[in-house]
Amino acid sequence: MKKLQSTWYNMVAVLTVISVIAASVLAYVNSVTEGPIAEINQKNLEDGIRKVLGDDKVAIPEPETAEDGSLIYRTEKGFAVQAKDPQNASFGGDLTILVGFDVEGNIKGYTILKTNETPGLGAKAGDWFQQGSKGCIIGLNPSKNNLTVSKDGGEVDAITASTITSRSFLRAVNAAAHAACFSVSADATTCATKQQHMDKPEMNEDIEELKFDKTKTLNK
Amino acid sequence: MNYFKILLNGIVKENPTFVLLLGMCPTLGTTSSAINGMSMGLATMAVLICSNFLISCVKKIIPDMVRIPSFIVIIASLVTVLQMLIKAYAPDVDKNLGLFIPLIVVNCIILGRAEAFAAKNNPFASILDGIGIGLGFTIALTLLGCVRELLGTGHAFGFELFSENYGALVFVLAPGAFIALGYLIAIVNKLRG
Repeated sequence: MKKLQSTWYNMVAVLTVISVIAASVLAYVNSVTEGPIAEINQKNLEDGIRKVLGDDKVAIPEPETAEDGSLIYRTEKGFAVQAKDPQNASFGGDLTILVGFDVEGNIKGYTILKTNETPGLGAKAGDWFQQGSKGCIIGLNPSKNNLTVSKDGGEVDAITASTITSRSFLRAVNAAAHAACFSVSADATTCATKQQHMDKPEMNEDIEELKFDKTKTLNK
Repeated sequence: MNYFKILLNGIVKENPTFVLLLGMCPTLGTTSSAINGMSMGLATMAVLICSNFLISCVKKIIPDMVRIPSFIVIIASLVTVLQMLIKAYAPDVDKNLGLFIPLIVVNCIILGRAEAFAAKNNPFASILDGIGIGLGFTIALTLLGCVRELLGTGHAFGFELFSENYGALVFVLAPGAFIALGYLIAIVNKLRG
């Protein structure tokens, strides 16, 4: 068979046919895989909630939606909150985490639901902040502890060479605490403290000012 | 045509990483550990075999002037299908590999082999070329990943050989990738004579 010539008609026809075939194949595969993918995501979420609350059998309730779009799962073992970094400024973007709190707001556990961080660097976030690791946040309470990286004056060691991911992760943790606060309907002062912590990361835009404030406080 | 030669060609004589210097972006970006490098290599090989085969099947009906957009549509569709299938039926693989798969579309090895080999040869030879080049790429990435992981963290394939405290973090980061790759290319080319 002779090769098709590059005439206008041939080119339009070939490109159209290829695109139509490619689109139909993609649509078909998508329709086949949509169900299983949704099931897996649901299962991951449920496993995640059980993991962060440290209970294998806890019943998963329907989520409540907080103001900022975080989802709160209220169980008898505490709260599991699915939250994102409010500034969406992680290294790869779209960092979504699930944090478990006990009724007092202490962190019981966390897991990462969605991440695009660099493998070997930011992707370590799944282990780095767990119990026994360098940046452990388990047992801390976002309303009492300053959950920012030590570089910003906080109490948490950032992942080596991945400060951006660490900052974003901690912003998400604080957002989760913030969201849970309203669902607990805790007293106003606790909420106010949490509010302050929420505002802190935004100072990143004004890093000079932040550093200046830090030195001032330290000098005192 | 000697089919065995085609297979070997990709691994040694025209090794995509060490000799052709193709696909440098995934090479430098994904080899922070041996297992990451190997995963990326294997995923690329799977796409390369499929794309080489498909393209050599349809090469006669694609006019020369639109061959590149046509190839890219075929490659991108293949990668997307692969990604959806892995997500749905192999969630564990997806956890480790998921991030790398969309990167394969822009790997110039795939388009390069489509242009240089699949568009000129029969489907069977194209599959062999895909396997050869794919293996060559996988070996190169695994080797580079091993070197970087060992020097950077003291581990190889996750096993500890010496304490992480003595590792030079620079090798896990981008500059170390360039340094390690440069030395590996020098060594391989010295050995090839």
